[in-house]
Amino acid sequence: MERVLSYVDAIREATDQEMEHDSSVIEFGLDVDDPKRIQGTTRGLVEKYGPERVFGTPLSEDAMTGAAIGMAMAGLRPIHVHIRMDFLMLSMNQLINIAAKARYMYGGQVAIPLVVRSMIGKSWGQGAQHSQGLYSFFMHVPGLKVVAPTTPYDAKGSLIAAIRDDNPVMYVEHRILHFQKGRVPEDLYTVSPGKARITAEGRDVTIVGISNMQVECLRAQHYLSEIGISAEVIDPIWLSPLDIDTIADSVRKTGRLIVVDNGWTTCGAGSEIAAQVMECLQDERSIRIHRMGFAPTSCPPSPTLEEAFYPNGRTIAAAAHELVTGVNDWLPTEQTELREIEFKGPF
Amino acid sequence: MYDNIFRSLYLIRRTEEEVARAYPTDKIKSPVHLSIGQEAVAVGVCEALGPEDIIFCSYRSHASYLAKGGDLNAMVAELYGKATGSAKGKGGSMHLVDIPHGVMGASAVVGTPIANAIGYAYALKLRHSNQIVACFFGDGATDEGVFYESLNWAAVKELPIIFICENNGYAIHTAQSTRQKNTQLWQKAAAQGVPAERIDGNDVLSIYEHVSETIQSLRTKKAMGPFFFECMTYRWREHVGPNEDYQLGYRDLSELAPWVETDQVERIGGMLDPIQRKQIEVDVEAEIASAFLYADQSPFPDPSELYTDIT
Repeated sequence: MERVLSYVDAIREATDQEMEHDSSVIEFGLDVDDPKRIQGTTRGLVEKYGPERVFGTPLSEDAMTGAAIGMAMAGLRPIHVHIRMDFLMLSMNQLINIAAKARYMYGGQVAIPLVVRSMIGKSWGQGAQHSQGLYSFFMHVPGLKVVAPTTPYDAKGSLIAAIRDDNPVMYVEHRILHFQKGRVPEDLYTVSPGKARITAEGRDVTIVGISNMQVECLRAQHYLSEIGISAEVIDPIWLSPLDIDTIADSVRKTGRLIVVDNGWTTCGAGSEIAAQVMECLQDERSIRIHRMGFAPTSCPPSPTLEEAFYPNGRTIAAAAHELVTGVNDWLPTEQTELREIEFKGPF
Repeated sequence: MYDNIFRSLYLIRRTEEEVARAYPTDKIKSPVHLSIGQEAVAVGVCEALGPEDIIFCSYRSHASYLAKGGDLNAMVAELYGKATGSAKGKGGSMHLVDIPHGVMGASAVVGTPIANAIGYAYALKLRHSNQIVACFFGDGATDEGVFYESLNWAAVKELPIIFICENNGYAIHTAQSTRQKNTQLWQKAAAQGVPAERIDGNDVLSIYEHVSETIQSLRTKKAMGPFFFECMTYRWREHVGPNEDYQLGYRDLSELAPWVETDQVERIGGMLDPIQRKQIEVDVEAEIASAFLYADQSPFPDPSELYTDIT
């Protein structure tokens, strides 16, 4: 029988297994060793590996990111954890100016095997500074890899791949996805950079969903199937390097692409995917493209506003229907069993 | 010992003078931030370090790079943008690196390497290594938040690191007194829980003695790190480029005089037997001439190199 784990436990297990067989792997960050253990993703690690390899830090994101880079230069494989992706803005200088560049600007003499874990928040009033999906910032910069796994299986496999990578990897989690459960092998395995996954096969429209929006895309696919529209859903998993071939192959077949970003659309990951698909296919066939993502506002905490801020399964399905039929006259009735599990506080 | 110190001081001074001389020919393809006048700090510290020890540098890194034993040929070739450079032409003057000699790199973004240095020191501590990290930065870096964050964590973790602040009184053209209310930088380090003192940065022997003593106590575990030395020094030339800049008016030429009077190249050279001194000078001059020839004759990197050493 296949073993089922939560996304949280998949992350915890990947970290534990890598720390067990490689003493150079260490994990730290704000609250990594506190009673709540980063939603449980670091549970049991300080007890097993001690406070020298698993430790909490001061609220010094800038210096601790720089320190993580220095540790990596010395041959360790640090995992630096940020419980909010928003907090990474305090680490940008070190990530962009050193982590991404050290290997290149030192002529290949150093490697930076660093993993930076961060979590995007959503729901229950997370508000402007607990909700941002800023991974496209990191996709912009050569020298960084970016992964945003959606399933527990990919959470484990891509974290192991990230830890073993000799380059800095931005590992992007989502608080809603932490509740996901799924098949996770007990063995060590990797979900390697640059390979997307087709999560539902279809023929009429290609829907690419990033991070938690992948879940919404699968809901949209369900709604669409009820009216006879066949959607192919793709999870890019790794955003940098990006597996554009899998996406372009799908669009070559369907002729239609919707990219649903877990962030704002302008200069976003979805914009990049749309542009690359267009470059691939423009000489082959005509295609139609639509981008979706956060509303072009800050994220509001009030529930009615927050609901309108994000794309969801219904709005994605409606957009796909319009792209396929050319008519904007359908919005599926909400099926409550398809609603996501909401994150509720306190936290 | 004096001969080694003189050799290092003379090598740095003369290399940089040659860099300045070559600069107008446009063979140097990188902005240069010269250390002329500040050599004593790098030499005093690196003379006290062992070959296995590690340094992190600021963008004004020619002195610390050479004092630590960084390869001269590779440095000049890097300034020339050549394939034989320390970073194969991908770093430039502001990112000199020589891993075999413990030069872990330098950053153009002020203060940034301080955090990298504490991380390296943490890795050393975790592995029970006997190595020590020395981190060089200027007074400008103490304007940055990362300075305080880094010293705090280094103190919390008792890391084997020595912070070397080269206080030359200016961040580019802005005097320290117009940027900082308290200009006693050692006090700021002490406030983070780091044992700290201010020393004469233009007395190479005093620096050597202070740092040697500290390193001795770190190696023998008589004391835990970190330590902080504020070394008072003076930049003789402009912030970036080969020239003097007293005509700009942000500082007066009279400031320079006492530093030139106590120039450590002359002071230590004067302590040597004249024949020995001459021999060192001849050897170093030959080394420098050879390095510039090496850089000149080295090939530029092939354009295909653009895409190597990246993810």
